[in-house]
Amino acid sequence: MLQTVVDANPAVETATSRDAMLVAYRFMLRARLLDDKFAALYRAGKIHGGVFLGRGQEALSAAIGVSLKKTDVFAPLIRDAAGRLAFGEPVLDAVRTYLGSSLGPMRGRDGNVHRGRPQEGYLPMLSHLGAMISVVNGVLFARRMKGLSGMVGVTCLGDGATSTGAFHEALNQAAVEQLPLVLVLADNQYAYSTPTSRQFACADLVDKAVGYGVEPHTVDGTDLVACLQTVGAAVARARAGHGPQLVVASLLRLCGHGEHDDSNYVDSKLKNSPLGRDCLKVAEELLFREKILDAAMLATWRSQIIREIEDAVATAQREPAPDPFTEGWCALASENLVETHHENAAR
Amino acid sequence: MSITYLEAIREAQAVALRDDPRVFIYGQDVGAFGGAFKATKNLAKEFPGRVLDSPISEDAMIGLSVGAAIEGLRPIIEMQFADFSTVGFNQIVNQAGALFWRTNVPCPITVRLPFGGTSGSGPFHSQSLEAIYAHYPGLIVLTPATVEDAYSMLLAAVAVDDPVIFCEHKFLYYHLKAEKLPTEALPIGKARIAREGRDLTVVAYSAMVHEALEAATELSTEGWEIEVVDLRSVKPLDTDTVIASVARTGRLLCVGEAWPWGGVTAEVIARVASEGFGLLDVPPQRLNAKDTPVPYHPNLWTAHRPTARAVAAAARKILRQ
Repeated sequence: MLQTVVDANPAVETATSRDAMLVAYRFMLRARLLDDKFAALYRAGKIHGGVFLGRGQEALSAAIGVSLKKTDVFAPLIRDAAGRLAFGEPVLDAVRTYLGSSLGPMRGRDGNVHRGRPQEGYLPMLSHLGAMISVVNGVLFARRMKGLSGMVGVTCLGDGATSTGAFHEALNQAAVEQLPLVLVLADNQYAYSTPTSRQFACADLVDKAVGYGVEPHTVDGTDLVACLQTVGAAVARARAGHGPQLVVASLLRLCGHGEHDDSNYVDSKLKNSPLGRDCLKVAEELLFREKILDAAMLATWRSQIIREIEDAVATAQREPAPDPFTEGWCALASENLVETHHENAAR
Repeated sequence: MSITYLEAIREAQAVALRDDPRVFIYGQDVGAFGGAFKATKNLAKEFPGRVLDSPISEDAMIGLSVGAAIEGLRPIIEMQFADFSTVGFNQIVNQAGALFWRTNVPCPITVRLPFGGTSGSGPFHSQSLEAIYAHYPGLIVLTPATVEDAYSMLLAAVAVDDPVIFCEHKFLYYHLKAEKLPTEALPIGKARIAREGRDLTVVAYSAMVHEALEAATELSTEGWEIEVVDLRSVKPLDTDTVIASVARTGRLLCVGEAWPWGGVTAEVIARVASEGFGLLDVPPQRLNAKDTPVPYHPNLWTAHRPTARAVAAAARKILRQ
């Protein structure tokens, strides 16, 4: 009964073009290779804190990024390296943030997946799940108040985040305000180690859409073409003024929660099911089969991308680390209102 | 003509809406109804589309305001009661409080918290939460005690480029009146000497300023001259004005309506002890509410919170040392 809403826009109904597939696939490949590099740096002890990969979610994430315009709003989550790249994040921003470079967008003050450029509509996530949805609502709300239109906001969640109050409050708020929000939910079967059976009791997470009065979409998250069509349709619906959209993608996280986690709790039956397919391999096979991509071109891309990533790592590693002595230690924009007592007392 | 503390808050919002197109108000029942306390009375009519009812979703209310602030607007969020702001706590302290530090993008939101005890309001409509917000970096916490400050500090809050927790005391809403609204004011972060004296410094803020002033009047009949410092802003906290007062009196009592563990009164005493220990003639003391939820019945409530009588009793103990 619940099915993907088919967009009235004929451009979206037409088969996804060969170019669009290729463009999205390249973002997937870049994200996978970038993640692999972060995992290697983590194992080599070169990264402070955790590393969180998007392995298995690249098709869904890339589909989001390529569906957005530069003037849209994007608040990705931890497994969205592909979407970030497709939205325009330079590889260097990601590398600088993981390595804590003072020249990165977070300047060593925040790290890893907690990165963004809010003034460019690219919002840096909190660790508190569901917390970014209402912030995206706020940006969209403000733009509408300023008379701007034709923009959408996308934010990403996993199945675990649907159990939070923030998810409920914000999705309801978006529906009440009829904001052009697209909530992309990667049902990747585990929230850290917790299986979906301990997370929710509805038959399908997309069932929640009807309760909030938002349009439902479901998609096989291992299938790049399906992701491009479904996410593209949802974004087009939101852009055309049909209010919030909920996209639920079924897939399996093909890595631990973070690189510290060997994910030995993942059910082997799931790994061997269609959910456990690697979206990158699936896309690659399709592109080969359709003769959109060949082995030589792929090899060239891989070496180009690896060079790009290695250059970024080499650059960031040569950059200055944040300096606690020149750090301003000021959490306020109003410098005249900063508390100085503790500093005075300690001197 | 006279104007109440509550009307001053309404007027400040009207002025902010009139003077700055970036300002809007978002909160439960703030639209056509004019707010649970009528702090936004008629504003929805005067400023169409800019005073909007929210769902009962404190987390999402704050989240939306942060998004709007990123987009360059200056939202005022009304929490119906300060007590309910705990539902939006995460967004206030982690989203709003950390945004500028993390990204260099300012977060100019004003969160109005109608707070503090009133008779018969019970455990969940009476709380004083200034200390937990002041504890987090990135937030400014204001506690006006007068009609004039309610007006001028709310205007200042909206103008500041940082998140402001504006603690407006419900007990003062109707009790306090002024002849007219001020045209100038002390800046945020400056305390005020509410009454001059030479025998004891009583540091207070918000409604407790009035309990302290009443106690000072009572003690004056016994020959004591009590100096009352109104902090106005608990973060930033004007340590200099407090220490200058203690330098004059040599004695310190801090009074707060919030619970005793930690908090503003403890912070004031810690600062005076570390920076002005030698100025103290006797150990500093503090007076807070009892360490229980705020009770419902007036008999219990008046015994739970510091009153003028309790302030006077605490002051006498210090003065006799």
